[in-house]
Amino acid sequence: MTAAVLPWVLAMLGAAIFLALYRLVRGPGLPDRILALDTLYVVTTALLIALGIWLDSGVYFEAAMIIALLGFVGTVAFARYLERGDVVE
Amino acid sequence: MLFALIALPFAAALALMLAPRAGRNLSAWTVGLAALAGLAILFVLAPAVFGGEVLRARAPWIEAIGLEFFIRIDGWAWLFAFLVLGIGALIVLYARWYLAPEDPPRRFFAYLALFMGAMLGITLAGNLLLLIVFWELTSISSFLLIGFWGRRHEARAGARMALAVTGGGGLALLAGVLVIGHIVGSYDLDLVLASGELIRSHPLYVPALVLVLLGAFAKSAQFPFHFWLPHAMAAPTPVSAYLHSATMVKAGVFLLARLHPALAGSTEWLLIVSAIGLSTLVLGAVAAVFQQDLKGLLAYSTISHLGLITLLFGLGSPLAVVAGVFHILNHATFKASLFMAAGIIDHETGTRDLRRLGGLYAAMPITGTLAIVASLAMAGVPLLNGFLSKEMFLAETLAFESWPSYQLAVPVLAVFAGICSVAYSARFVHETFFGPKGHPPKTPHEPPRLMRVPVEILVVLCLAVGILPNLVVADLLALGAGGVLQGPLPDYHLAIWHGFNWPLAMSAISLAGGLALYAILHRRGIARRIDLLSRGKIAFEGIVAALIGLAQRVTRTLETGRIQGYLLWLLAFILLVGASPFVDLAAPLSTKPAQPAGPMAVGLWLLIVAGALTVTVAYRRRLVAVIAMGIVGLGVSLVFALLSAPDLALTQLLVDMVTTVLLLMALRYLPAISPPEPERLARWRDGAIAVAAGLGTTAIVYMVLTRPHPSIAEYILATTMSEAGGANAVNTVIVDYRGFDTLGEITVFAIAGIVIYALLDRVRLTALTPFAAKGPAPHSLLLNLCAQLILPLAVAVSAYLFLRGHNAPGGGFIAGLVLAIALILQYIAAGSEWVDERLDHDWNRWIGAGLLAAAATGIGAFAFAHPFLTSSTPHVHLPLVGEIHLASAMGFDTGVYLVVFAACLLMLAMLGKVSRWEARD
Repeated sequence: MTAAVLPWVLAMLGAAIFLALYRLVRGPGLPDRILALDTLYVVTTALLIALGIWLDSGVYFEAAMIIALLGFVGTVAFARYLERGDVVE
Repeated sequence: MLFALIALPFAAALALMLAPRAGRNLSAWTVGLAALAGLAILFVLAPAVFGGEVLRARAPWIEAIGLEFFIRIDGWAWLFAFLVLGIGALIVLYARWYLAPEDPPRRFFAYLALFMGAMLGITLAGNLLLLIVFWELTSISSFLLIGFWGRRHEARAGARMALAVTGGGGLALLAGVLVIGHIVGSYDLDLVLASGELIRSHPLYVPALVLVLLGAFAKSAQFPFHFWLPHAMAAPTPVSAYLHSATMVKAGVFLLARLHPALAGSTEWLLIVSAIGLSTLVLGAVAAVFQQDLKGLLAYSTISHLGLITLLFGLGSPLAVVAGVFHILNHATFKASLFMAAGIIDHETGTRDLRRLGGLYAAMPITGTLAIVASLAMAGVPLLNGFLSKEMFLAETLAFESWPSYQLAVPVLAVFAGICSVAYSARFVHETFFGPKGHPPKTPHEPPRLMRVPVEILVVLCLAVGILPNLVVADLLALGAGGVLQGPLPDYHLAIWHGFNWPLAMSAISLAGGLALYAILHRRGIARRIDLLSRGKIAFEGIVAALIGLAQRVTRTLETGRIQGYLLWLLAFILLVGASPFVDLAAPLSTKPAQPAGPMAVGLWLLIVAGALTVTVAYRRRLVAVIAMGIVGLGVSLVFALLSAPDLALTQLLVDMVTTVLLLMALRYLPAISPPEPERLARWRDGAIAVAAGLGTTAIVYMVLTRPHPSIAEYILATTMSEAGGANAVNTVIVDYRGFDTLGEITVFAIAGIVIYALLDRVRLTALTPFAAKGPAPHSLLLNLCAQLILPLAVAVSAYLFLRGHNAPGGGFIAGLVLAIALILQYIAAGSEWVDERLDHDWNRWIGAGLLAAAATGIGAFAFAHPFLTSSTPHVHLPLVGEIHLASAMGFDTGVYLVVFAACLLMLAMLGKVSRWEARD
């Protein structure tokens, strides 16, 4: 069951990556782009986990864990920059 | 014993450097004893050397380039070493009394000993490369000694000029020696001296000769390099007496004599050496008459006498060589004593200006008598040593056979120089000791008793040699000249009286003419009005200024402060030089079929290309570019993950995160939109170079990947467990196989962090882009909570990645970054003040601790007699926890961890500090 679904999952996640990429490239606003990058990180986490299940390998989960744990720091920093013009106050 | 001879002065110098409170007496005794011990060794060796033996001692140094520590003492080396040590010992005694109480005696005597050792090295070196090493050492110690009174401008300028001229000559000499080594096939002096025929018939003979002569002439202050010597007179007088009249400036003529069997005897040698010697002889003699400074007069006289010696070696006949060697000895004796006398006069009257001196004989009769006798020797008056060698010189100028006009010019100009030399000697004596009383700053009186002793000894020698030459000096002269000629000596006879002949007549003309010349100059006061200083200084300074101007123009052209410019040069250079050897247009692009690209690979490729293109298009809107770079970073990490390189994927992800934050912090101080590129043409050029560089890199990678090649990977994978004690080959490569490399990398990283600290510590910047939000920072409760919750989790992950790094993906670098990002999050969420209150934020110290940990682990291997950074892997069994794998590489990895995490936070803290100042304002 899982094996049958996984290729589709991967394809859809791939499509999601490209949709986020489109938003990032087109903008138009800076918040749009930042959110698109954040989405990219989230989708990548999902992609890595799906890939790990599909290939039956544990190493992908660690990369996913790191992104999940710390990937949003960039987004926070961008948001802080937009709002205050300074990341660390 | 031969090694001890050369080591003694250096040991004395070292001892003085290490003795912080040595006074004048102790310093002088240290160096003086070294010189006396050296003389004792020379006397022990004397029977063998006088018996015609050549003493040799060898020790290997750098065999690959033919450099050997080879001490070789023949007659010539022995004689010159005797001169160096003998005069050296006298100079030490003199300098003890010369130095003022406020002069640092330790430094002075240490430099003096250093010079003594270097000069001995030149004389005793049996390997031409070794000779060069000591040659350069004399240039450096001369620089240090001229600049001893470094607070005076003329001391610094004179020292610089002397170093530039003699050092430049040293480079030429090195080149010449390399050519000789190429011709002979060895730098061994024995072989070189025996290969005279081979060298002279070789097509490279003339370049070798010219290069060696450049070095010798620069050192011996021959025209047109003579100008540095008068300016070197800014040195303390013992230095002038020792280095700049008796020994160092003789190094050039020493070398001419040393290489005489190898280089002399050709038309080129005769022409160049004799012409340069003749011009120096005349120019120096004329200039010496018109000096107002006592030491300046002696300096130009030294130049003139060096020219005389050079001319003798240039004439090249065996008798001329004997005369040259004889004059080296005589000149060292009378000129050193004259310099010391001038130093006494300066010391006791406070001036060296001839126009302010006069009538000193009444105040210092003994010094006066000594100086007068030495001046007579300088002028070449009978019964003194200068007369004998000058007589031989004049005889040689007459015996010289060449083109008629040149043959005539040599003796005529020699007599003219003789006239000048009598005139300046007379001026020296008359205007210092006789005539109306001058107005010196101090009331003159005799110097301390011991200060006069060296002068007395030398003057007695002048007389003894002049009156009883056969008894005093004949054996020494034969010894030295035999060493120079490396063969039988010519027939000559040392005597005061050779009967009425041409040389005697020439001497008489010189004496009478010189006295007459001085009388005229003095009566009219001409000599006092003209100050004939060399134009060389102006030319030299012009050349230096032009060089500096050129360097500044080049710097302005290259150092524009625009990174585009730097990258342009870098890439263009790489394309031109780096790529050309590798581009083999005939080679196939690939030798094995490419693997099919799956949909995943194509998708990632598209992602990265899209990201890179976005960055390129949006590069002027900096914030958009930073966001778009996030795509590239993410895409590359995914590629690493898919290609089964989890370590790299993790590292790339984490580095990307840290970089983003640091970039954002720096963006604040840059314009939001970067200025447009100036020219269309430049843009196309830059684009073309960028595309070429990218395509070239791609092509290289493609070619590497598509041809089979043996890889070190198999070896590492096979041995990683047994050799490095870790299953994770990526980590063992970092901390073990290439541990030294990693140590270098973290050092660079640490330096980068500390440089940022140094640069930003006092920098205060204002944001370029105005931002709407002002006032106190609104701290988001949600974000704060999140950040604080994540911190312990991140610490746990960091510790986990670190501990298992040796066997599975992870390691110090990755773990350090995880911790750094978690802490950066605290800074963002809660503000730097809040974090700094709760954390030891002296990141410099953490960086240092990390470097120490890494280095200490490496050094620890020495304790087990292993090379630096060898790892060991004991297994420890702990209760409850179980088997623990304790690789020593863990200590090294701890260092990596600390440096990485502390340097990241240091950069962040410094960038944050710049803006915090602004908020407070």
